[in-house]
Amino acid sequence: MAYLVPDSLHEALTLLRDRRPQVVAGCTDVLPARRRGQRSGDILDVTRLPALRGIAHGPQGWRIGAATTWAEIAATPLPPAFAALQEAAREVGAVQIQNAGTIAGNICNASPAADGVPPLLALRAEVELASHAGTRRLPLEEFITGVRRTTRAPDELVTALHLPHPAPGEGGAFVKLGTRSSLVISIAMVAAVVRIDRDRIAEARIAVGACSPVARRLPAWESALQGRRLDELAGLRPDPGHLSVLSPIDDIRATAAYRIEAVRELCQRALVRAANAAGGADGR
Amino acid sequence: MDGEHGLGATRFTLNGASVAVVAPPGERLSDTLRERLGARDVKIGCNAGDCGACSVLIDGQVVCSCLTPTQKAEGRRIETVGGLVATDPLAQALAGRFQDHGAAQCGFCTPGMVTASVALLREVPQPDEAAITRALGGVLCRCTGYRKIIDAVASVPATLAEADAPGHAGAAIRRLDGAQKLAGTEAFGDDVAPPDTLEILVIRSPFPRADFTFGDLDAWRAGQDGIAAVLTAADVPGRNVFGVIPAFADQPAFAEGIARFRGEAVAAVVGTPATIRAFDPASFPVTWAELPAVQTPPAAEASGAPLLHEGRAGNLMCKGFVACGDAEAALAGADVTVEGQFASGFVEHAYIEPEAGFAQVIDGRVEIHACTQAPVMDLEAMEILLGMDRARIRILPTAVGGGFGSKLDISLQPYLALGALKTGRPVRMAYSRTESMQSTTKRHPSDIRLRLGATRDGILKGCDFRGTFNTGAYASWGPTVANRVPVHASGPYHIADYRAEARAIHTNCPPSGAFRGFGVPQAAIALESLLDELAAKLAIDPLELRLKNALTNGAPTVCGQVFAQGVGIRACLEALRPAWQAERAAAAAFNRDTDTALRRGVGIASGWYGCGNTSLPNPSTIKAGIRADGSITLHQGAMDIGQGANTVITQLFATALGVPVARVALIGPDTDVTPDAGKTSASRQTFVSGNAARLCGQALRAEVLRAVNASEGAALTVTPGAITVDDGSSRHRIALDQLAADADGYVLAASGHYDPPTKPLDANGQGEPYAQFGYAAQLVVAEVDTALGTIRLRRIVAAHDVGLAVNPMLVEGQIQGGVAQGIGMALMEEYIPGRTENLHDYLIPTIGDIPPIEPIIIEEADAHGPYGAKGLGEHVLIPTAPAILNAVAHACGVRMTSVPVTPAKLAAALAGD
Repeated sequence: MAYLVPDSLHEALTLLRDRRPQVVAGCTDVLPARRRGQRSGDILDVTRLPALRGIAHGPQGWRIGAATTWAEIAATPLPPAFAALQEAAREVGAVQIQNAGTIAGNICNASPAADGVPPLLALRAEVELASHAGTRRLPLEEFITGVRRTTRAPDELVTALHLPHPAPGEGGAFVKLGTRSSLVISIAMVAAVVRIDRDRIAEARIAVGACSPVARRLPAWESALQGRRLDELAGLRPDPGHLSVLSPIDDIRATAAYRIEAVRELCQRALVRAANAAGGADGR
Repeated sequence: MDGEHGLGATRFTLNGASVAVVAPPGERLSDTLRERLGARDVKIGCNAGDCGACSVLIDGQVVCSCLTPTQKAEGRRIETVGGLVATDPLAQALAGRFQDHGAAQCGFCTPGMVTASVALLREVPQPDEAAITRALGGVLCRCTGYRKIIDAVASVPATLAEADAPGHAGAAIRRLDGAQKLAGTEAFGDDVAPPDTLEILVIRSPFPRADFTFGDLDAWRAGQDGIAAVLTAADVPGRNVFGVIPAFADQPAFAEGIARFRGEAVAAVVGTPATIRAFDPASFPVTWAELPAVQTPPAAEASGAPLLHEGRAGNLMCKGFVACGDAEAALAGADVTVEGQFASGFVEHAYIEPEAGFAQVIDGRVEIHACTQAPVMDLEAMEILLGMDRARIRILPTAVGGGFGSKLDISLQPYLALGALKTGRPVRMAYSRTESMQSTTKRHPSDIRLRLGATRDGILKGCDFRGTFNTGAYASWGPTVANRVPVHASGPYHIADYRAEARAIHTNCPPSGAFRGFGVPQAAIALESLLDELAAKLAIDPLELRLKNALTNGAPTVCGQVFAQGVGIRACLEALRPAWQAERAAAAAFNRDTDTALRRGVGIASGWYGCGNTSLPNPSTIKAGIRADGSITLHQGAMDIGQGANTVITQLFATALGVPVARVALIGPDTDVTPDAGKTSASRQTFVSGNAARLCGQALRAEVLRAVNASEGAALTVTPGAITVDDGSSRHRIALDQLAADADGYVLAASGHYDPPTKPLDANGQGEPYAQFGYAAQLVVAEVDTALGTIRLRRIVAAHDVGLAVNPMLVEGQIQGGVAQGIGMALMEEYIPGRTENLHDYLIPTIGDIPPIEPIIIEEADAHGPYGAKGLGEHVLIPTAPAILNAVAHACGVRMTSVPVTPAKLAAALAGD
């Protein structure tokens, strides 16, 4: 049993291949889940890998290193569409969690209530994975396959999230609903990214969390929103049919029926706020 | 050991000093700091990132050290509260402001609050409330209601007495024990054991009801490395039963044959720290056979339901009853009647300090150091369990990181004592958050049916109250709840025709016990909700309806008790009138003008609470002495669980003696050296122990005056070695070294004893249950988001009659902290065995959930109280939940009858479901 802190990606991938350690980053999910008496094997801490740190952009878009913390994401100047992600970053747990927890940790943990997933879906994130066999990129939708399940192979590391450059006129927002103001697992949450062209919605991407095993976009509602005028926004809510991709459950936090109704309202509010962030919905 | 794995030390700086520590891979930094580096100022409340008590700064950033593997600290700069307050001027100034505001009550969350605040203040020297709320949203506090913390961080000026003032009754002075809470040196239950002490882990039932059998425990133990002993019921040398009310004592330290609730202890293992921390409870040789369980009163009362205890037919533990006049006839003759059914669930105390302690055997005597609210009751319980003479048991309470009623009952004390006695070695244990939640007492779930009548002009006419309380598997304080509720269910109102019955029903749930209010908060929800319904039916202003019926001096309570003085409810309600009128008007304007889904409402509710035991003896003794060197020592046995007894009792004593508080040194609760000041419960310490302190101070003063034959009005000046007595124009000097010292070393000594005057209740609950009541009325402004069913509180005004505010700062802290617990009960808290056994599924308010809380202190002096003071501890949360429900009803027209009012529940009600 060892705590492995490699400082190069190559070394990390070798350790991963040869020793099959548990990969950890911020540990904000790993340590609460540790049970008394649980035998742990090797632990591989990826937070000191330079390749996994930092937020950068190039011709192809934005790259957010896997071990970037929520606090770093919140503090970095980013395009207005990324407000969806930055607002989520400020809603993850509380400051202590945001200073430690990482973006890739959030998606690899694959909780249905992961605050980071809806905004990343709405921002069309791709996951970059590396192993000694090479690197690959796949859409986030294909990476998280179920509750606590991903397609990461045992010898692979998530190295980054890639987000395309937002188009001009895009704005984003994130709305979280919980029973208290901080340190709360969401009842439901909605991330919205909206592109405004003059007085109309040119494109909307809306994702809902905590209402299905994996957060889902709402393609039917997104289509329905396309071309709607900004002065109509206040009245726009998804119909039940638009939400058919969701499958909320009853749990201690809320009922399934409540979640569906709340999501309709949250979608409305996220849409308006995203449009505002895009600079377009002032006269609601 | 760890080096054998080829692992080097982890090196970092801890509060400026370079350290190298070898810790197992992935060990929590909180454990490493506390157990390997002696940094016990870092507190552990949950080990899950849910409470933030363990917050430290790593390279200036605040993180939970419980979520940080120690190896992550390599090369980093770690700062903890102890180091910050010792060396950082910014932290020192903040610590001073925390003390000025009373922002640390129990002090257990304080290390987290201070470190998180320092991180903020280094970035933003003058933060606004939003920034503070965001920065401190990750640290839970259960005592303060957060408002004093916000004031301290925001540098709001404090209104303290002058630093050189005597600090007598009525003066806002800093807590006498505040400095150590800020410095991180206060020793709580888990802070006293030396490193490497043997640890104890309890094996608990995974089922609400189950038979169990052990394997061959001796053979099993022999095969384990690092296990020093196994404890079961067979190891209990005395009677394996405890309970706070002797006639109802029914709870075993270790279950025998059958476990009656999920989390009940059946055995314990004692072993080395490494062994216990790695021990998987599932590997213990016990075989379970789950049995059908009853978890609600209807299930427990159904015919054929399994009985929890022989002799308690129908699982009925006991009833309480109060009746006066003829409630049925009055209701029949009332012009209007209203009725309703109200429900509440289990509420967890959620003090941030889980139960913890340490025990050792010294010269054949067992010493138990643990957090507790009732050291002498602990002693009495241990006497029975251990079958030992009480002279061989010593209870040395540690600082208590919050109690709120649950630490009145023993929890881990038997395991500590048995472990120390069986192994002959010192032992320690700290409950995990989950086992604390599973196994200790809860607020009683309630199911209340209430009918209330009134005349056309709003005079209450007839009240019929029937409450069923889920008392869980064992009696604990259930009988107290059953007795208190009928006495209090009338609220502070004059009701001539009244009938109230409370029943406590056993279920296979954790024992329900004492929690701030003993059932009265649940009863107040019913009454105060229906008063608003009545006001609506009668078209009378809700405040005026309450004023019309408020008790006055000379009016009998429902127990027939007549107070000639000291009834302060009217003054409390009157004090709310300006805010009431302004806020009702503002709400109407808001609701008229808004084009959003928000609706604003304003609600009020009252409360009252009898201080001390109900018609039972309830004495406190306080003693003090002066040594030849002139030092004054107060043996202060009233447990300070954060509420401030150390300070208040000393202020009352110093007032009576006539010396400045600063001259008095404290010896705390310790059953060897400090007399019994009773339990910290029933809002009795300021009243009862405060009176004992006053009498002690007066007696000691009389000793001094008698020595020089001075008159009562003389002024005392105690200096090293002498007391100067200025009596009019004459001055006397008592040379203390000329006096003989007693066995304690005191040349002058005295004690005070007080037992409040009460009279028994007859079969109809008529009598004099309490020597005094305290009174309260609160106003809540709430905003309902009708589209989501969420509730945001905007403002709370809390008027409390405390007779005399011995320390107004501490009074305000009690009010705000109690209100915060009332908010939690109203809006988010429900303990569900098996489902909400941690602090992320069981939610208590965070700093952002608490609106500004404006205390209004009413001082309607009480003839029995010390200098007129009344108790306060429970009153503070009694009106809160009903005032919130009334504000919600006013805002959106929906009357919620079941708490907590979660968004899903309110949304369903708004939709008419």
